[in-house]
Amino acid sequence: MPEIKITPLGAGQDVGRSCILVSIGGKNIMLDCGMHMGYSDDRRFPDFSYITQNGRLTEFLDCVIISHFHLDHCGALPYMSEMVGYDGPIYMTHPTKAICPILLEDFRKITVDKKGETNFFTSQMIKDCMKKVVPLNLHQTVQVDDELEIKAYYAGHVLGAAMVQIKVGSESVVYTGDYNMTPDRHLGAAWIDKCRPDILISESTYATTIRDSKRCRERDFLKKVHETVERGGKVLIPVFALGRAQELCILLETFWERMNLKAPIYFSTGLTEKANHYYKLFITWTNQKIRKTFVQRNMFEFKHIKAFDRSYADNPGPMVVFATPGMLHAGQSLQIFKKWAGNEKNMLIMPGYCVQGTIGHKVLNGQKKLEMEGRTTLEVKLQVEYMSFSAHADAKGIMQLIRMAEPRNVLLVHGEGKKMEFLKDKIEQEFSLNCFMPANGETATVTTNPSVPVDISLNLLKREAALGGPLPDPKKPRTMHGTLIMKDNSLRLVSPEQALKELDLTEHQLRFTCRVQLQDPHGDTDTLSRVYTHLKSILKGYTIQHLPDSTVMVESIVIKVSSSSEDPNAKVLLLSWSYQDEDLGSFLSTLLRKGLPHGLC
Amino acid sequence: MKLYCLSGHPTLPCNVLKFKCTTIMLDCGLDMTSALHFLPLPLVHSPRLSKLPGWVSKDGAINLEKELKECAGRVFVDSLPEFCLPEKELLDLSTIDVILISNYHCMMALPYITEHTGFTGTVYATEPTLQIGRLLMEELVNFMERVPKAQSATCWKNKEIQRLLPGPLKEVVDVWAWKRCYSIQEVNSALSKVQLVGYSQKVELFGAVLVTPLSSGYSLGSSNWIIQSHYEKVAYVSGSSLLTTHPQPMDQSSLKNSDVLILTGLTQIPTANPDGMLGEFCSNLAMTIRAGGNVLVPCYSSGVIYDLLECLYQFIDSANLGTTPFYFISPVANSSLEFSQIFAEWLCQNKQSKVYLPEPPFPHAELIQTNKLKHYPSIHGDFSNEFRQPCVVFTGHPSLRFGDVVHFMELWGKSSLNTIIFTEPDFSYLDALAPYQPLAMKCVYCPIDTRLNFHQVSKLLKEVQPLHVVCPEQYTQPPVSQAHRSDLMLELQPPPMPYRRCAVLGLPFRRRYERIQLLPELAKSLVPSEIKPGVSVATVSAVLHSKDNKHVLQPAPKPVVVPPSKKRKRVVEEPPELLAPKPLLSGVVPLEPFLATLTKHGITEVKVEDTADGHILHLQAEDTLIQLEEDGTHIVCDNNEPLRIVLRDLVLRFLQKL
Repeated sequence: MPEIKITPLGAGQDVGRSCILVSIGGKNIMLDCGMHMGYSDDRRFPDFSYITQNGRLTEFLDCVIISHFHLDHCGALPYMSEMVGYDGPIYMTHPTKAICPILLEDFRKITVDKKGETNFFTSQMIKDCMKKVVPLNLHQTVQVDDELEIKAYYAGHVLGAAMVQIKVGSESVVYTGDYNMTPDRHLGAAWIDKCRPDILISESTYATTIRDSKRCRERDFLKKVHETVERGGKVLIPVFALGRAQELCILLETFWERMNLKAPIYFSTGLTEKANHYYKLFITWTNQKIRKTFVQRNMFEFKHIKAFDRSYADNPGPMVVFATPGMLHAGQSLQIFKKWAGNEKNMLIMPGYCVQGTIGHKVLNGQKKLEMEGRTTLEVKLQVEYMSFSAHADAKGIMQLIRMAEPRNVLLVHGEGKKMEFLKDKIEQEFSLNCFMPANGETATVTTNPSVPVDISLNLLKREAALGGPLPDPKKPRTMHGTLIMKDNSLRLVSPEQALKELDLTEHQLRFTCRVQLQDPHGDTDTLSRVYTHLKSILKGYTIQHLPDSTVMVESIVIKVSSSSEDPNAKVLLLSWSYQDEDLGSFLSTLLRKGLPHGLC
Repeated sequence: MKLYCLSGHPTLPCNVLKFKCTTIMLDCGLDMTSALHFLPLPLVHSPRLSKLPGWVSKDGAINLEKELKECAGRVFVDSLPEFCLPEKELLDLSTIDVILISNYHCMMALPYITEHTGFTGTVYATEPTLQIGRLLMEELVNFMERVPKAQSATCWKNKEIQRLLPGPLKEVVDVWAWKRCYSIQEVNSALSKVQLVGYSQKVELFGAVLVTPLSSGYSLGSSNWIIQSHYEKVAYVSGSSLLTTHPQPMDQSSLKNSDVLILTGLTQIPTANPDGMLGEFCSNLAMTIRAGGNVLVPCYSSGVIYDLLECLYQFIDSANLGTTPFYFISPVANSSLEFSQIFAEWLCQNKQSKVYLPEPPFPHAELIQTNKLKHYPSIHGDFSNEFRQPCVVFTGHPSLRFGDVVHFMELWGKSSLNTIIFTEPDFSYLDALAPYQPLAMKCVYCPIDTRLNFHQVSKLLKEVQPLHVVCPEQYTQPPVSQAHRSDLMLELQPPPMPYRRCAVLGLPFRRRYERIQLLPELAKSLVPSEIKPGVSVATVSAVLHSKDNKHVLQPAPKPVVVPPSKKRKRVVEEPPELLAPKPLLSGVVPLEPFLATLTKHGITEVKVEDTADGHILHLQAEDTLIQLEEDGTHIVCDNNEPLRIVLRDLVLRFLQKL
């Protein structure tokens, strides 16, 4: 039985360092190659020694696919390809290919330049790694080799995020990456066709959440920001440079315009302008509304949002600052947080998910005293608000995607174990599907049951279709008969007659003749009529003919009557049939041996 | 399989392919050369055009002075221009399932087909094709609607009258297929039927046919199409280019091994080299500007203009044209320039990589930023205030019959300082200029047609090796004007099948097989036996399920066991199901081994009698005869059913079942 094996090296019952190995139809594919934000030791990268203890990965992997540019999905890529060693193709969409190296370089700078780590990938390695990237277009069927094909679907989530279908023969796997089933202010909703994969690997960040409507959340967000600004407070919104940031910027920009507000809005990193430029050039990846109006007004040209300078943090008066990174684990957002944390007038709005171990995660859990580097403690007095703007599908969305794709099995990754369990139960109940949730390093195996493709001769198929009437009738299945010829790896189904002809064989006729004696005090012709009537009453649905040359034909079985010369009442019925009618012939001879019933006329 | 040819224009094709159970329209081109027979539509009142004399036949018998005007020795129709539609009578167009569009120039007749024929299907096109196609249609509608002309001329189309008109009006054919432009509502409705596709996307039609667009290298989002089933493959090659311009390069390898290749959209100017023309374009432009004249470039709002602007971007400084204003005037100029920058996925490698920086892929962004290139929706409004001469104006329509270009012809035509440079190959420049004669302005003809030439196409065909080629009849003979140039035609073995407007071709196809899936349970139950070395057979008895043109074989259902009912006394008489005839048999039953087998089964008293064709075996104890022959076995056995069954199975051991 063919099997599909799936092993997460990261993101198994966890969020972070997504990296999932899939083995299907003899092909090995790595899905995503991310890093973990919560660790700064070896655990931040997936454990590639699982694939091989020594040496390069090239010969063990047929391809690597990156779903989107978030570092927990691509952060380990240069490490994997340049330091561990992989030279095969790496697939990602155009926007991902454009943005991914910038984020990697940012990540490298923070790690190496600021934290002073050595033995980390270099700028050159990022460049070399990106040379191995093959860009993917949406819905394009990419033939990795003769057997393996992949296809990308729109996933929402961030610019360029994709879900991928991996197909070998009739077996297939769909990996969602991170996705969003509701359109937002700048991106559309994820979509996939009814592709019925053998297994759907879905993220499950919000496995237990069912979020209220987006509009409420937006109103809530604007209200909180507005109130804080009105009372002279400062609002810090930690974000990642690309993604949520753009959505919230659009939101605030339109609000500021409508309310005619004057408080400054800043965006903290130099990346912003560049980031917005990417959005302009990849406008085809945004939502319908933005695409339609971009010629008149490009939504990514902001009037109210200006670049932030470090010194502004100490300015008096209200302000709103978007700062990176999003989980408060390093960089500018952390610096500003430290400055503003002590004032209860200020507000921290966390618009996205924070992994365990980050300051963001601690603050969200209500920790009021934080231990910082250098044994200082930081008191948190400012208001903390969590608003889930991160564009992951919630439980409802995940169920919706399952309904869309109709998989045979589901496998959950990229979520917390406990929450996954809840969702797993729900999926198993609602869809009666197997649902897996392997931990890192654990393998989930599904057996597939592929059907066998065969070439059927059109003659046979048409003949069969004609016999079945103009429309197929599901209640009356018809059996068709054919001969399967197996030759040089080809399988052809033809009619038996054609098979004989093609294989240059002559037919061998096997016939049976059987004489049945019976007592019937009538003339020969009458006896034959009585046989005819008798058979007619028993064999419903058969062609029975009484022919003028004193024979009765049942299908192709011939029955004749003669009487013995001594006793005119002793009749001999002669039955003759070919092997093709064996069942019927055998039945008839047994039946007639029992004699004719009396009531016949 | 049949091909219905609805357009005779080789570069604006419209064909319908019937393949398996689907009806597929390939492109929907609108032949606009008919517009050349009409008077230009001026944007502002033109005393010259309004004073033209009407046409009356020499003997005065026919007076069409309202409909036809004489201008510079030719007769023109004075009404809104009309275009030649694809043939609508050849087949019922409401039966069309899908329309495949190959590039934005080949979809201009779409509203006529989707809105007025009962069409209920889907149109497939790439995103750039849809967006730019929409711009071109909107522009066309705008050109027509901003100079309303109530009059519609029809009298001249009367066969009896047309026959008496002077040439070239006299010779035009299919005049009754000429129709006025559609409305913007019709455009919107037609385009709402478009379903977007990406290159190499496999689109399944009704489960029976797979269609796939492939990059054709001609324009943004332009595609060739593969139409295939598991066993048959048709390649549809429309406007394609092997030159390195802005679009993604042509995908040639996927065209390989097709049964039929339909070839349309070759270059219309096979004798001109596009690179040379580009050079000539630049030098003529610079010469005119230096002499203080203006340059008029009649062009479409998308396509070659991007390459012209890019060429000028590199040329401007070296030619000292840094202060010369370049104007691009079209109702869709801004949209066209903006759209060109957002289709990175559809561009050639080196433009694609610019987006990663991130920089706009086309340098015209910089021309606009530095104010060297300005774009306006029309000559009215801002343009009239900001307009400086000498300048270069890009504007449509290339037929010179409508659009802002008409105004510049009237404005600049009288001065020999000015130059008009023709770059679009779709219209004969002499015909285009006819209603403006006599003309003082210089004319330069630099047609840039990047589509395949005959040399490239024969190389391509050698590479991809289709079994048969179908093409417009124009490609099977040299052009009329260059009858000696046998290199300007397709020479193939077997010769291409030519088509013309209204032709119906039977394509040389024989379908023999169809794909069917054996369910795994059925596949497992099969018992293959080797008949010859390397050839095995197995008999298959199974239930056929056909749904959405997909066929599946399932194991035959197990006979339902009827629980013996108490009421019925005789249970035996259930006749066998009609469903299961036995397989055919093949082979020979050899005498000696057969006798040995009989002995093994306790049948020893066998008398063998030789006959002409074989042997008769008399089983004396059982009073049974077996007749063994080369091609048959006959068992005559009375009153002993168990014996008969034993004998049957013994015979079957020696035979192969099919």
